[in-house]
Amino acid sequence: MRLSTGERLFNVANTFVLAVIALLCLYPFIYTVSISLSTATEASRDGFHFYPRELSLVSYRMVLTNPSIVTGYVNTLLRTVLGTVMTLLATCVAAYPLSRREMPHRALLTFLIVFTMLFSGGMVPGYLLVKELGMINTIWALIVPGMITAFNVIIVKNFFQALPESLVESARIDGAGEWAILFRIYLPLSKPVLATVALWTAVGHWNAWFDALLYITDDKKQVLQTFLQRIVIESSTQMMELGVTDTSVIQFTGETIKAATIIVTILPIICVYPFVQKYFVKGIMLGGVKG
Amino acid sequence: MNDTLPEAPWSGRYHRHLGLISMMAPALAYFLIFHYVPMVGLVIAFKDYVMSDGIFGSAWVGWENFARLFSSEDFPRAIGNTLTISILRLAFGFFAPVILALMLNEVRQAGYKRSIQTLTYLPHFFSWVILGGIFLMLFGGGGPVNAAVKLLGAKPVTFLTDDGWFIAVLIITGIWQGAGWGAIVYLAALSGISPNLYEAAVIDGASRWQQTRHITVPSLVPTMITLFILSLGGILTAGFDQIYNMYNPMVYDVADIVDTYVLRRMMGLDLSLATAAGMFKGVVGLVLVVGANFFARKISKGEQGVW
Repeated sequence: MRLSTGERLFNVANTFVLAVIALLCLYPFIYTVSISLSTATEASRDGFHFYPRELSLVSYRMVLTNPSIVTGYVNTLLRTVLGTVMTLLATCVAAYPLSRREMPHRALLTFLIVFTMLFSGGMVPGYLLVKELGMINTIWALIVPGMITAFNVIIVKNFFQALPESLVESARIDGAGEWAILFRIYLPLSKPVLATVALWTAVGHWNAWFDALLYITDDKKQVLQTFLQRIVIESSTQMMELGVTDTSVIQFTGETIKAATIIVTILPIICVYPFVQKYFVKGIMLGGVKG
Repeated sequence: MNDTLPEAPWSGRYHRHLGLISMMAPALAYFLIFHYVPMVGLVIAFKDYVMSDGIFGSAWVGWENFARLFSSEDFPRAIGNTLTISILRLAFGFFAPVILALMLNEVRQAGYKRSIQTLTYLPHFFSWVILGGIFLMLFGGGGPVNAAVKLLGAKPVTFLTDDGWFIAVLIITGIWQGAGWGAIVYLAALSGISPNLYEAAVIDGASRWQQTRHITVPSLVPTMITLFILSLGGILTAGFDQIYNMYNPMVYDVADIVDTYVLRRMMGLDLSLATAAGMFKGVVGLVLVVGANFFARKISKGEQGVW
């Protein structure tokens, strides 16, 4: 098919503008990497910083030997692994009966779960509940309150419902119970949706900070994001409050450490992102908004 | 409940499905404890909650906490700020993913399209603790944004402490973070359009622009309506994670939103007031979503709407 001049111009412009947009998405990360690898004087130079002109690994040495960061890393890793496993199990066990037509009160139960997407008790009652349950300063405060979400239940339920019903009937004839049907027949066939839920949950746990801010006061139990928040945001805010505007070298040693902490925090996500991103996207298609 | 056999007696019906019911029980208990018990906990909005007396021992005060909220200076300001930020986000940000999806849809080289898409939704995978940290550096005094401003011959701008500029930074970085991810839903809708429509349009002599206007864009409208309804429900939310990680006391006048207000009251241990503020937000959100959905169904005769 021949293209008109107008169409060819449009194609060129469209390709170019999209490249600029992609660069804008990437640049903040390039800048951060560059600052994290710079010497303090190089970091204090005004300008765009696409790469470090004077290389220094001091900030990384300081970040990686900081005991808080190491503690945070371990705690975050723990909540991510344990939280993801528990969410997967609980979500599947909740979704399975709801996916079965013969489940008594199925519509009412589905409504009870979906309603939690529309309304919640909010911050204070949630906090008081966790406190009453004695979960403050335990990893359970970070895992249990958000363990099952209505959204996850609905997308897994929809996936289960799309599986052929004859599978259940033939398993039944072979004498399989509900648990066996779920674990031996449904789950092996549901890998795409399970991968999506697992990845969403894992990223959510890795990035979570607000629950830790509320529920964890003991620094030995604290997560990585909270330590990052202290280093990055609190120091900036303090500087602004104190009216520090001069670009002293001391402040910019702080900048390189902030940048290095950010990079250390996002590195695991960056490393797995290229391999798993298609599952994230697939999940959106699986879910849809309509139940 | 029409799914089950009508002649089954109640007890028999439960007995027959004991396996399913026992599987559902833990999840049901979970939702009751972690979602419905906190809703009951909202009664402290109508009490003078004292921790040592407990929720049920504290004295009832009726609507007094709400009266205190609305006669205070901070809460009405927080509502005003929340609405302003949300409306600006909708005005400038709602169409950003639509436009991005349309642009990506016009790219013919699949590899290029995929790479651009992957890069644009990358920011969605990082917390606002991380992104806030990065943007505080980027928009700070010696940062690259101000380097660009100087390059254009203007004086450096205090983006993070100036009221107006701070809101602009919030809106722009919000779009930066969300547009790529938002575009995925629209791209999915676009991939569902039948190629026959385009073929027929080409035979009728439609230009590429006419195809976009009369086939592509109309097919996105249902998705847009659904997402608009959902965003109405969040109009009193305005992006707590982002604001909490980027604001500072110098911009409280414009950036203190309902959620940050609730958190500060909570940290100040005024739990009844904090609960009342949170409950107000939750009820307004619920009414808006249900109302908008009702309205969308009504005008489309039941074809549109989230449920």
